[in-house]
Amino acid sequence: MQRKQRLSRQIAYFIPYILWIGLFVIAPVVLLVYQSFFDINGHFTLSNYQTYFSSNTYLTMTLNSVWYAFLITFATLVISYPTAYVLNATKHPQLWLLLIIMPTWINLLLKAYAFIGIFSQAGIANQFLHFIGIAPQQILFTKFSFIFVAAYIQIPFMVLPIYNSINELNPSYVNASKDLGATSWQTFSKVIFPLTLPGVKAGVQAVFIPSLSLFMLTRLIGGNKVITLGTAIEEHFLTTMNWGMGSTIGVILIIAMVIIMSLTGGSKRRAKRGMTK
Amino acid sequence: MKIHNFKWRNLYLWFVFIVLYAPIIFLIVYSFSKGDTMNNFHGFTWAHYQDLFADSRLIAIFLDTLLIALLSSILATIVGTLGALGISQTTRAITKNTLLSLNNILMVSPDVIIGASFLIFFTALKIPLGFGSVLLSHIAFSIPIVVLMVLPKVQEMSRSLLDAAADLGANSWQLLSQVTIPYIMPGILSGFFMALTYSLDDFAVTFFVTGNGFSTLSVEIYSRARQGINLEINALSGLMFLMALILVIGYYFINQYSSRHRHANTRGHRK
Repeated sequence: MQRKQRLSRQIAYFIPYILWIGLFVIAPVVLLVYQSFFDINGHFTLSNYQTYFSSNTYLTMTLNSVWYAFLITFATLVISYPTAYVLNATKHPQLWLLLIIMPTWINLLLKAYAFIGIFSQAGIANQFLHFIGIAPQQILFTKFSFIFVAAYIQIPFMVLPIYNSINELNPSYVNASKDLGATSWQTFSKVIFPLTLPGVKAGVQAVFIPSLSLFMLTRLIGGNKVITLGTAIEEHFLTTMNWGMGSTIGVILIIAMVIIMSLTGGSKRRAKRGMTK
Repeated sequence: MKIHNFKWRNLYLWFVFIVLYAPIIFLIVYSFSKGDTMNNFHGFTWAHYQDLFADSRLIAIFLDTLLIALLSSILATIVGTLGALGISQTTRAITKNTLLSLNNILMVSPDVIIGASFLIFFTALKIPLGFGSVLLSHIAFSIPIVVLMVLPKVQEMSRSLLDAAADLGANSWQLLSQVTIPYIMPGILSGFFMALTYSLDDFAVTFFVTGNGFSTLSVEIYSRARQGINLEINALSGLMFLMALILVIGYYFINQYSSRHRHANTRGHRK
């Protein structure tokens, strides 16, 4: 009797959370998929998908978006892996890690805004180019600036998981490999890198998926030269008000996300910031 | 040879470190510059900070942002903690895994998807866009991180602690308020903290569900940045940097507190 009472009270505690799952996790996704079957006049139709798959513009945009996300992820990885590796060997790795992660606490829009100043015509980047004898370039509103700023923003999210996996690596494997006569490069490519691959995968997941949807950067930094899936969704929802088409692209983005997650395995992305965050 | 190697490593680390901080410092330095571009430093002034404090629209937006952050993180912490308690009590593995996967959906989804789908959701329910819709969205996307922060603490708690309290005559409310909640407090605090930073940081979701009348700092910075350089934003970034610093220090102390707490606990066990 008492047990039953306790059980029902436990269910009562659980109600708000279950409501949240129903209303804010399941319902919105279902509505997004549902919306993708309506055209701009509110008629039920498959035409959004038809348009998407028969239009060169949409398909190239998707490929471009994936390509840029790949470039951003690659650049981030190339910078972050050595960082995480070196970080692990310092005397105070926790302190360094905190310092590397701290910039993520600064609002993303402010960081993007900083680059508007840095990359502008007469900005400090061009002043530096002038100083080393190169004529000023158009840096802002180029594809390069978009990739640069996106990589800049995502570096900490890549460093963190890689650092964790290097930290977990048992040093006796490395010693064994060296004792058995492997060169540093062999030790790295045959022992260290394969063993830290889970961290790399987690990092790739944490960077690749947001890179498909960074619409504020394409607007502020890319000057609309780069159009990602996120930009297209934002455009359809808030500018042209064609929610059906926007939802269709949203469904494509969700599919892309699922593919990436199954390729990189695991499900926890972006243990954002902080020590565990 | 080894020393040589070591130096190169540190140099690289310093390089990354400088690259990460340079833009932020650059912003703050120019918040003190006379003139109105970020190209040449024209001498020291507080003028942009004065402009900032005289800008009543911006101050109102700042207060709204704080209000949303506090309200949403408190509510998300309550719902998330109850959720974590619920999840830990599920007996079948499949139920638990399903709940956890559902919990993680909002963590994994790109912001644009969350924003767009919430916009459809609010429109379908005829909830007007503005303060309410932004608050609901912030609560919604903060709940999963609270659950992830609280759940390990709940699972770490030993069953016998509850049994002992029940044997001593505690009713279920006392069990919750006197035993469980104090034990999982460090998890609740870090969850609250994460929710707070999620809310303060969010741009994309808010941008979708904010409608016309209501704005948060991120959305305001976005619309001002689209119009070009305005050193008032630099002054704002100076203030927000300070705020982030306070948050980081706060988070650090919460972590310290929870590790001390854990120490005290294990010491107790040994006795």
